[in-house]
Amino acid sequence: MIEIVSRGRCIACDKCVEVCPTGVFDHGPDGVPLIARQSDCQTCFMCEAYCPADALFVAPRAHPLPEPPDEADLAERGLLGSYRRQIGWGHGRTPGALLAVGPPLPDAGGAVPAASPADVIIS
Amino acid sequence: MTELDLTADVLVAGGGPAGAWAAIKAAEAGADVILVDKGYLGTSGATAAAGTGVWYVRPEPAARERAMASREGLGGYLADREWMARVLDQTYANMNELAEVSRYPFPVGEDGAQIRRGLQGPEYMRRMRVRARRAGVRILDHSPVTELLVDPDGAVAGAAGHRRRHDRAYRVRAGAVVLATGGCAFLSKALGCDVNTGDGALFAAEAGAEMSGMEFSNAYAIAPEFTSVTKTAFYSYATFYHEDGSVLEGAGSTRGRSVIARALLSERVFCRIDRADEEVRRAMRLAQPNFFLPFDRQGIDPFAELFPVTLLAEGTVRGTGGIRLTGFDCSTSVPGLYAAGDAATREPICGGFTGGGSHNAAWAMSSGTWAGQAAARHARALGAGSARRPARGAGGAGLRPSAGARQPYREVVEAVQREVLPYEKNYLRHGARLAPALAALDQIWAQARRALHADGAEVARARSAAAMAAHARWMYASALTRTESRGMHKREDFPRQDPGQHYRIVSGGLDEVWTAPEPGLISVAAAS
Repeated sequence: MIEIVSRGRCIACDKCVEVCPTGVFDHGPDGVPLIARQSDCQTCFMCEAYCPADALFVAPRAHPLPEPPDEADLAERGLLGSYRRQIGWGHGRTPGALLAVGPPLPDAGGAVPAASPADVIIS
Repeated sequence: MTELDLTADVLVAGGGPAGAWAAIKAAEAGADVILVDKGYLGTSGATAAAGTGVWYVRPEPAARERAMASREGLGGYLADREWMARVLDQTYANMNELAEVSRYPFPVGEDGAQIRRGLQGPEYMRRMRVRARRAGVRILDHSPVTELLVDPDGAVAGAAGHRRRHDRAYRVRAGAVVLATGGCAFLSKALGCDVNTGDGALFAAEAGAEMSGMEFSNAYAIAPEFTSVTKTAFYSYATFYHEDGSVLEGAGSTRGRSVIARALLSERVFCRIDRADEEVRRAMRLAQPNFFLPFDRQGIDPFAELFPVTLLAEGTVRGTGGIRLTGFDCSTSVPGLYAAGDAATREPICGGFTGGGSHNAAWAMSSGTWAGQAAARHARALGAGSARRPARGAGGAGLRPSAGARQPYREVVEAVQREVLPYEKNYLRHGARLAPALAALDQIWAQARRALHADGAEVARARSAAAMAAHARWMYASALTRTESRGMHKREDFPRQDPGQHYRIVSGGLDEVWTAPEPGLISVAAAS
């Protein structure tokens, strides 16, 4: 779930307010968005993908953490903005879609093909 | 607060891939189009947050034949060859449009040609939004539909809803409506699926439409425990374990998923992706970066360490039940109402087997295209005054309570979840458990119909709660009707496929739920 809107990093563009599919954020009085409905967060990471300032952190847990994680620690571990970086969004990056060639996957019956073209991504 | 009152030729409800394609194709056909979404066109739904393979098959007879035959048996021979052929053609065209019109950055193979068999959700849907805007589609984000509008003849004439960010009601009167609201995953927190609460199916039923294949609604996806990331495909490289580290025999991501479900009833189940070599590991990271978010952020090496897993309900998102279609134009039995994507049944191409991944993606773009084009034609045929017909709201439960003290939506959601999420009820099906669950759901519905109600933006939540209750009842009524095992619908009390039940099951009704075999033949190459 969304745990952090970094006051230090946020550029008050409201992008997260706009794109969150479950309407988790509200406009903040000083421009920094508020996590207004955390329990509605579906842990889809889309806000992070759209955040141009790497100011958001979505913990992978689908329920709120007892306490938000430490921002400095996340930054040190390279986790702030890591999803955006991995999908190649942001100026000067290569779109991740260009490189998205997955491993061979089983057919619907469950058998992993020995040597099929490694070109399938499925959800 | 005054109501926003708009008119359009075509209204599209839902901003996932099916809705986006419907809106674009309706606009390209000359219609004035409004698309409304409860979230945001670009991030809403099961596709945007994920990545998906696409059923993209070159138009070569042998390849097409293999593609059509591959899931026919798994689907219990309920898919239809003519639909499959049409979807393969349309998907091929749309994927090529994605490359050429939207300049989607497909990877390039060793032969220098683009590999057009998969899509990353965020990239795909961002580009669909851009294309919809360029086509002139008016987009209302954060604007859930709360009910359909119908004219005095019963034809659909638009929809009403609520703009969450403005806390303002709206109404769009239109010549035709496309429902592309997704399936129903019962707020299970499966990746991207919490917007998929089956709203469209409820709206359609209130206007008089039927469902089909609702027994195919017991899809569950593997995710690391306590997380949302349901990317089951990569678990084909995994081994599953008991807590003591011994192998959970028979467990697997495809055929052995029920073994995991059964084990989870009494113990934790652990997993390690230990059958992936270096090359596969690297490809996984490139193909699906989001698969690794739970691991990287919790400091787990999924290739070396055991981690606990769970199964999250994906209902009719990955199951194939949905609104019944009455033609290749994705019409329903209600004039002016069309359905596309996961809101519609995917039996035409998947039968009773999961549509998850490539088939649902192909279905979304194909059915979206056809529904959008047909809705544009329908609106044009009605003429210019069609958006100014007298129209009344068709909504019931959660919107127009009949009596008594107000029931909060959370109570309804939790009550429905108690009947639908547990593996022993929905996944590991048995008549002795389905029947009491359905009885409980009937009671939940009856009470909700009387007293479920909310104000302002919360109305949409009340309607989603009602939609989940309705969905669950069609599911279990259909599951009880199909006294056999076919496709994903496995009955412990009827473990075999019964050749006498080689038909689809239609369902419907609100206060009284009904089911019936669908008349007519299914065009298949091989019979069961």
